[in-house]
Amino acid sequence: MADISIKGLHKTYPGSTELATNNVSLDVAEGEFMVLLGPSGCGKTTLLRMVAGLDFPDEGSISIGGRDVTYLPPQDRNLSMVFQSYAVFPHRMVRTNIAFGLVMKKVHREEIERKVRWAADLLQLSPYLDRYPAQLSGGQRQRVAVARAIVMDADVLLMDEPLSNLDALLRLDFRAELKKIVQQLGSTTLYVTHDQVEAMSLSDRVAVMKKGQIAQLGSPITVYEEPADRFVGGFIGSPPMNFLDGRITQQGALEIGGQGTAAPEFLARAAARTGGTPVMVGIRAENIALAERGSEGSLDAAVEVVEPLGHATLLTVDLGGQTIKVQVPSTVRVSSGDKVGLRFDPAALRFFDMETQLGLTA
Amino acid sequence: MAAPDAPAAARPQLPPARPKGRPPRRKGNSAALLLIAPSIVFMTLLFGWPMVSGILQAFGGPQGLTTANFTRMAQDPYFWSSVGNTLLLIVVMIPIQFVLALAMALLIRAKPRGSSAYFYIWAIPLAVSDLAAGLVWLTVFTDRGYLNSLLASFGLDPVSWLAYDNYPSMFGAVLIAEVWRATSLVFVIVVAGLQSIPKDYEEAAGVFGANFWSRLWHVTLPLLRPSLQTALILRTILAFQTFAVALALTGQNFPLVVGETYRWYTGLQDPNVASALALVVMAVSMVTAVGYLKLLRDQSEAPR
Ligand SMILES: Nc1ncnc2c1ncn2[C@@H]1O[C@H](COP(=O)(O)OP(=O)(O)OP(=O)(O)O)[C@@H](O)[C@H]1O
Ligand SMILES: [Mg+2]
Repeated sequence: MADISIKGLHKTYPGSTELATNNVSLDVAEGEFMVLLGPSGCGKTTLLRMVAGLDFPDEGSISIGGRDVTYLPPQDRNLSMVFQSYAVFPHRMVRTNIAFGLVMKKVHREEIERKVRWAADLLQLSPYLDRYPAQLSGGQRQRVAVARAIVMDADVLLMDEPLSNLDALLRLDFRAELKKIVQQLGSTTLYVTHDQVEAMSLSDRVAVMKKGQIAQLGSPITVYEEPADRFVGGFIGSPPMNFLDGRITQQGALEIGGQGTAAPEFLARAAARTGGTPVMVGIRAENIALAERGSEGSLDAAVEVVEPLGHATLLTVDLGGQTIKVQVPSTVRVSSGDKVGLRFDPAALRFFDMETQLGLTA
Repeated sequence: MAAPDAPAAARPQLPPARPKGRPPRRKGNSAALLLIAPSIVFMTLLFGWPMVSGILQAFGGPQGLTTANFTRMAQDPYFWSSVGNTLLLIVVMIPIQFVLALAMALLIRAKPRGSSAYFYIWAIPLAVSDLAAGLVWLTVFTDRGYLNSLLASFGLDPVSWLAYDNYPSMFGAVLIAEVWRATSLVFVIVVAGLQSIPKDYEEAAGVFGANFWSRLWHVTLPLLRPSLQTALILRTILAFQTFAVALALTGQNFPLVVGETYRWYTGLQDPNVASALALVVMAVSMVTAVGYLKLLRDQSEAPR
């Protein structure tokens, strides 16, 4: 009924030469929760605004529920939105702010009242219903914006960093709450965030954006474990993926910092043909374990910094001149300056082309 | 004013700041006095003194203070018709001017081609003196003016637009000239007000299903209230003082209150009655301004 289909969107803002979105295509299935994730200025808001009808693309098309809406004004699209800037009406009380969309739809008065109370309860806004936005904190104002969007029962729900201004605890609360609400509503959701934990926990699928383009589209686990290129690996995860300059020798070994371990077969085969190739190795901090120094398959390294995080300990380690992060259980006792051995989980190793930075797969 | 759940008493009452090492008070006061002295002198000379002498003159007569000037003013046959004309002009003109100014300002906000040129063109009448404007429109409406030439070229009979016995067309001519001359003031204020409203609010309203008229009514106009209030007060007070346009177009045929002041002063050589009239205009203007402020008070006291 309300799937979103975006095809080849190009958008350049007037007075700018850079493409704000560059050939973006994206299909969001009905009821799907799609998260747009990317660094600041990569075009997330721009994409959302075009779906909402607040900006029109230079090229490409958008259809919602099979209906081409590319150049339709926002009020004819049956969607609702949480603005990055909240855009909570300053001249209306919280109550009438939340009710705005319903009043425009000429919903019955009692129904409006019921829904406003429901949303206010959910977002812990009940004590503030008769206040003006100027009398609220930033986080409360943001929650008003969310409440105003969820009462609409719209086919499509667009949210631009709706939890960005909440404290860590509230954010954790509302993340779960939001997931539940959206599942109940069954709206097709496009959700923008910087926060990759939020992205991972909420989404059915994640679209990672970079400079106006979608760098990778996939389930959160896929994006996390098998980044399509170095950018995605480096953007997602905390700490981000480690990248090491390595080399596949003609004999089929992986050489990092002058030390060798086994290389995967598809790379070894290619290297045997070409006589060895340089390769970029990616591995996440939690996929590296400490091992007996000099033991079979381990690489020698030196601990530089030890950061206890509570649930684990993060080590900064020097491996043959390259610095990487290693996450070990908090029970492991190491101190800076220790010489250690590292063992990489071979299944978690990712390889990237030196030139294109794209992921290499079998 | 304050919303019910934020009474003034709930606000933190800061104790008056009283630094321990008290600065020499006398010096601070004299510095403050020195700083406001120029404006006090300025206000006294150019505002206070003329006003006091005007009031004295209005109540002045050969045997000391009297209200005879006001009686004479009210008994003059032109007085009540000038009041009627002035009120009619205000009641008809101001809504027209606000609708026009708002429409032009919204058009400019939509940024069509050459919108900045429109702005300057529409602001031009701001720089035209009212007498000049009256004379310009006289060339249009006079018996052998442009309008009658135009009618003649269509084979129609000329009309005496400004004739004494043709009240509707006389009123219409004054109205058109005043609308042309004075709408730009409202326009400039509304444009400035619109520019200070972020687009987000209208965009949000659009997303939540509001069409153009709902957006205008529920979002733009309320947010524009401070600007509209300013424009309304200014425009109404200035409208009470409309004078030169009507004088240039109709002479004495369409009397207005300030025109009567002028007539008493120069024609009838009676400065006392002229002052009484001026005092009435001032009182009415002040009452109107206060009325507007009360009527259009912003309940949300919300900063944008
Ligand atoms: N109105 C505008 N005029 C010109 N350029 C703009 C405009 N809005 C955004 N841009 C540019 O377009 C690019 C994408 O902006 P966009 O707002 O979509 O970023 P974003 O991904 O939402 O960033 P953030 O996470 O910081 O909100 C940026 O380079 C920005 O400078
Ligand atoms: Mg943004």
